[in-house]
Formats: sequence, structure tokens, C-alpha cells
Amino acid sequence: MKRDLALEVLKQHVSNEIVVAVYQTLFDWMAINPRDLNYVATGAMGQASSHGLGLALANPQKEVLVFDGDGSILMNLGSLVTIANAEPKNFHHFVFENGVYEVNGAHPIPGHKKVDFGAMAKAAGYRIVKVFSDLETFESEVVEFLNQPGPAMAVMKIEAGESYPRDYDYIHSALAREKFRQALQSS
Amino acid sequence: MSVNKDIKHPSGQAIMDALKQASIEFIVSVPDIVTSDGLLWPISKDPEFKLVRVCKEDEGVSICGAMSYNKTRALLLMQQTGLMDSLNAIRAIGIDYQLPICMMVGLQGKEPHKLSSESSSYGVRIIQPVLDAMQIPYRVIEEPEDVQHIAADIEKAYQTSSTFVFIIGRAPV
Repeated sequence: MKRDLALEVLKQHVSNEIVVAVYQTLFDWMAINPRDLNYVATGAMGQASSHGLGLALANPQKEVLVFDGDGSILMNLGSLVTIANAEPKNFHHFVFENGVYEVNGAHPIPGHKKVDFGAMAKAAGYRIVKVFSDLETFESEVVEFLNQPGPAMAVMKIEAGESYPRDYDYIHSALAREKFRQALQSS
Repeated sequence: MSVNKDIKHPSGQAIMDALKQASIEFIVSVPDIVTSDGLLWPISKDPEFKLVRVCKEDEGVSICGAMSYNKTRALLLMQQTGLMDSLNAIRAIGIDYQLPICMMVGLQGKEPHKLSSESSSYGVRIIQPVLDAMQIPYRVIEEPEDVQHIAADIEKAYQTSSTFVFIIGRAPV
């Protein structure tokens, strides 16, 4: 499944949700669906899921979608247990699994083809876990997935699609944070 | 955590009152032996606080930072080992992103009658120099009267969107 095509599908189902995304998935998403409710400033070291949890707990009326990376979540595996324990119903976690650290030289992640992210999420206590390997299935089942209360994880078996530019200056900018802050407070 | 009766300790209840005065809603924590009995256990039983138990302290930095976007106030309660483990998250989310990350850090291994700079524990002695190097403001909470500054420090951190650390040098009682 091409990542950009999967994001195009997700775009059709995103309106007022908070989207927390990381690395190449973030850059692709920013190009495909630029919007101020995209939360782009997660720092580094796999923290997207924790930012998403903070947003979900502080904004229980809003849906939070986290577009994580496989290398990223490997750096913050404990957050799966923290999230499952907190039981945020408004938390849907997509792990885009391409098996490599794509923006850092495309080196393989530890455990590629061995690690099972869905099994880890289930074992951590996520309510729902789905694995999507092809676009057609994802397209037909994504609404059902999103309509189920979280915490829920969709493992997205993807390969790179179109290569969108990596605008690090923007994602780390005060402007990006202020746009999100204003969008959140007025939504 | 043993308490020397010849030395004054801060009141855990007074610290909790200060946190409420500062409108802290969420406590995010990994247990710390210095603050366990006097703070975290009472907080866990106080319905006015929402406790988020995290597996690792850098999760808490991100959670507190993300919560601040809609002005929700949170405190990260941990041990100095967790602070040290979270320095990159604090650097990125607290300093680079200028978010109000308020932390309360128990100094495990600090002798109650000594300044942290005089502690026999290397892990204790380095905490203030590390915070100084990162240009992170902090306040040492050891004497009962130190607690009176907590609410104002938190208020300032949120008003200026900046990081602040309370170093708990003696176990709250």
C-alpha cells in the first residue's frame, strides 16, 4: 500500500479532528491535507503517541488521530501501555510500517519482519487493533475502524509513495505551533 | 522514605493546596520514593486531581506540553533519574517549543540535612548544574515555607509559556 494513497483515503474522513503526525508521514500529510489542526511539533524520539494522549485527555470532545512511524513507536513502546491504561475513547493510532528509518538514511528498524506492532498494542490493552496491507481493504474498512471507540490501533503496511518535501523549518516553527493553538481554541 | 524529626520537612498537603491554587488539573507521574508517601499517594486519592500514570518520564513531558495548547495545566511528578532520562524531551518540547512544562522532582539519595551541592551522591549533586546548563529555572523545596512560592511559580510558567522545575530535597510529610 502506497503511503500517499492511504493518506488520500484518510483525508476524506478528516474534518475537525486533531492529527498528530511524524516524519515522512507528516510531510506527506502536510502536502496532501494542509490544515491548522495538524499537530506537527512532537520533538523527536518517538513522542507522537504521548502528545496524542495529552491532546486526547485535555480535549475529550475532539477526536485525535496519531499518524506514527514504526521506528518512532519503537522508541516509545511504554506509551502503548500508558495509553491503554488511560483508555481515551477519542484516540486512534495509525502506525505506518515501512520497516526503515526513512528520513534518516532508510536503515532498517530493529526487528523488521519480526516485530508485530498489532500484537504489542493488543497485549498492551488497546481495545481495537487492525492490520491493513492493501488499499482496497483499508478504503472499505476505515470508517468502521474510526467509528469504534479507542484506544485503537491500525497497523498500516506501507511503502513510500510520492516523495513530498521535508520542511523541518516549518514543523519546528513558532508559527506552526501558534496556528495549531488558535485552531484548537476556536474549534 | 525515612524522616529525621530534627529537620523540618515541607507539607505534602500544602504542596497539593498550592497545585490546586495554580489550577493544576492533571498530575502525570512515574513514582518517586521521595514524594511517594507525602504527595503521590494522597494525590492518587484526591478527586480534584486527574492522575496519569506513565511508563517513562519523557512521555510525561510530551503529555504536559500537548495539554497546554488548550490551557489545560499539568504537573510532571518524578524522581531526578527520570528528569535526567528526559532531558532531550525537555530540551525539545519545553525549551525549543517554549511550552510550559512544570516538573516536581524528588532527589532520591539526598541527605535531608545537606545542600544538594554537598550530597555524597553524584546523581544528586549534578541536578542543579544540569538545570543551570540548560538554562531551566528551578526552585528548591526543602523547608515548609518554600511551598508558598509554588503557585506563583506555576502561574508564571504558564503566563510566560516556559519550563520550571521544583526540586524536592526533603520528603513531603
